[in-house]
Amino acid sequence: MAVGSLPSSTLAYADDVPRAAAGSRAWRKLTRNPAALIGALILTVVIGAALAAPWVAPHDPAKQSLIRRFTPPVWTAGGNATYPLGTDQVGRDILSRIIHGARISLLVGVLAVVVSVLIGVTLGLVSGFVGGRVDTVLMTVVDITWSFPQILLALAFVAALGPSLVTVTLVLGLTGWERYARVVRAEVLALREKDFVEAARAMGIGAPRILLRHVLPNTFSSIVVLSTLQVAQAILQEAALSFLGVGSGRTYPTWGQMIALGRDFVSVAWWLPTFPGLAILATVLAINLVGDRLRDALDPRV
Amino acid sequence: MAAFVVRRLVRLMVVVIGVSLVTFAILHASGDPVTLIMPEAPEADRAVLRQTLGLHDPLAIQFARFFGNAATGNFGNSFFHRTPAFALVVERMPTTLLLTACSMALALAVALPVGIYSAMRRGRAVDQVATGTVFLGQSMPVFWTGIMLILLFSVQWRMLPVSGWESWASIVLPTATLSTFTAPLLLRIVRSSMLDVIALDYVRTARAKGVSEWLVICRHALKNAALPLVTITGLQFGLLLGGAVITETVFAVPGVGRLIVGAIRQLDFPVVQAGVFMLAMIVVAVNFLVDVLYVYLDPRIRVR
Repeated sequence: MAVGSLPSSTLAYADDVPRAAAGSRAWRKLTRNPAALIGALILTVVIGAALAAPWVAPHDPAKQSLIRRFTPPVWTAGGNATYPLGTDQVGRDILSRIIHGARISLLVGVLAVVVSVLIGVTLGLVSGFVGGRVDTVLMTVVDITWSFPQILLALAFVAALGPSLVTVTLVLGLTGWERYARVVRAEVLALREKDFVEAARAMGIGAPRILLRHVLPNTFSSIVVLSTLQVAQAILQEAALSFLGVGSGRTYPTWGQMIALGRDFVSVAWWLPTFPGLAILATVLAINLVGDRLRDALDPRV
Repeated sequence: MAAFVVRRLVRLMVVVIGVSLVTFAILHASGDPVTLIMPEAPEADRAVLRQTLGLHDPLAIQFARFFGNAATGNFGNSFFHRTPAFALVVERMPTTLLLTACSMALALAVALPVGIYSAMRRGRAVDQVATGTVFLGQSMPVFWTGIMLILLFSVQWRMLPVSGWESWASIVLPTATLSTFTAPLLLRIVRSSMLDVIALDYVRTARAKGVSEWLVICRHALKNAALPLVTITGLQFGLLLGGAVITETVFAVPGVGRLIVGAIRQLDFPVVQAGVFMLAMIVVAVNFLVDVLYVYLDPRIRVR
């Protein structure tokens, strides 16, 4: 076997347990916790609803019916089993709109995090490994990004670029990467001094290869934990942008937009803003619970 | 110490220039801001506006001018109010800062005792309830929490006003709403910094020599946990201001956040830029102070 193609796992985990065993231990830790299990269950339901929205939603989310407007939820007086969670000010079915809204929340949440991870991890790796001037410059950029309340910056740029699904995703991704850069940089600074990196360097392996094959894999667990938790944040941010009126547009229902519309009718129809908010709460809480357990399971220090 | 402060000041200047560059970019992100501002105006009128905004100059020149003006508090006139954008922001700043301060105080009043107690009883029922509540609090969209509080306290029980900022009663709901956002954050920080300190040798020594638990916590543990608490809270200040912006919108609080959100809807770029810039400057200032304070208070770092 050529020296350069030594599998990184042998080097990285040389003095650790084999990776498969570590993985199953992490899985056991994850499943032993009831809170995380409930989280995973909620998450499965939400993802399922998002994927199958056109088939599981009882009504067309855009269909209006003025005679049916302000129908209260089924368990209250005047409720109607056809509209389990009631209807809004133009008679659209709240449940169907929530089910369809899950698509936007999850899509934007996940894709924004992918954008952030790509930028943040790359900059963090380079910054930590190269050091010196490059590090100073990149960390100053991180400081600059950190100086803005993220939601404010996202708000301004989405409005300027024109609200759409793509802009919201990109802007949230472009304004949310500095956390990854900080974490990955810190890990790289520690890993850089480790024996297996030294060994790889002594074998004459080039810096890019060391970074990708030996350093990067060792930051994976932090990245996984951080990005899981950040999906929750991105969903909250997207909801806030929609609430403030610069979401992904008016054509498709989003949870934030439903709450914004519901606020105007809060004194006559409490169910309008309540249920979409509960949907956000359940989804974000589920992700946070799973992410937190993931941190405990993947972090060998705990 | 002096050398450290000077180094930090240089870095601060670089960050300020970077912040203005990003703020400057807001206007240009739209491609042609003039078309966005007056889409139906005749080309002649648009040309006039382009001229007044100086959009024909090279970007570098435009930025230099923007930076020079921003440094003296000149962001141009609001397109909508026809008055200086900077003055509009400054007028509303005290409201935003008051809201932030009130909610910080309320959040601390809850987070400090609960966080300390939670750390002392780690893993017990109290701790689990506290940690669970933190999770719940951090998963609630702050604008929704606000609307739910309105639903309960204004619509259902008619105890507090729905919106505004005239009386003390109208301050209660926005403050409470923003606190549901800040308190979990602070509680988490208090708990973890206390846990770090409680495990240290000198705390064990204090206990071993028979110091009462109460004194151990107050004198030995809390004093040392306070430093990370202040630092991390300071570093999260941007997040707190972001929460304030959203809260202001829900309750129609006449602060900078509501001004910016309104200006964004009207594409009133000077106001957006002035507001975003000023809020970022506050975050930069807080981060700087926290940085310097940290080094000043921790002799171990000061020596280096």
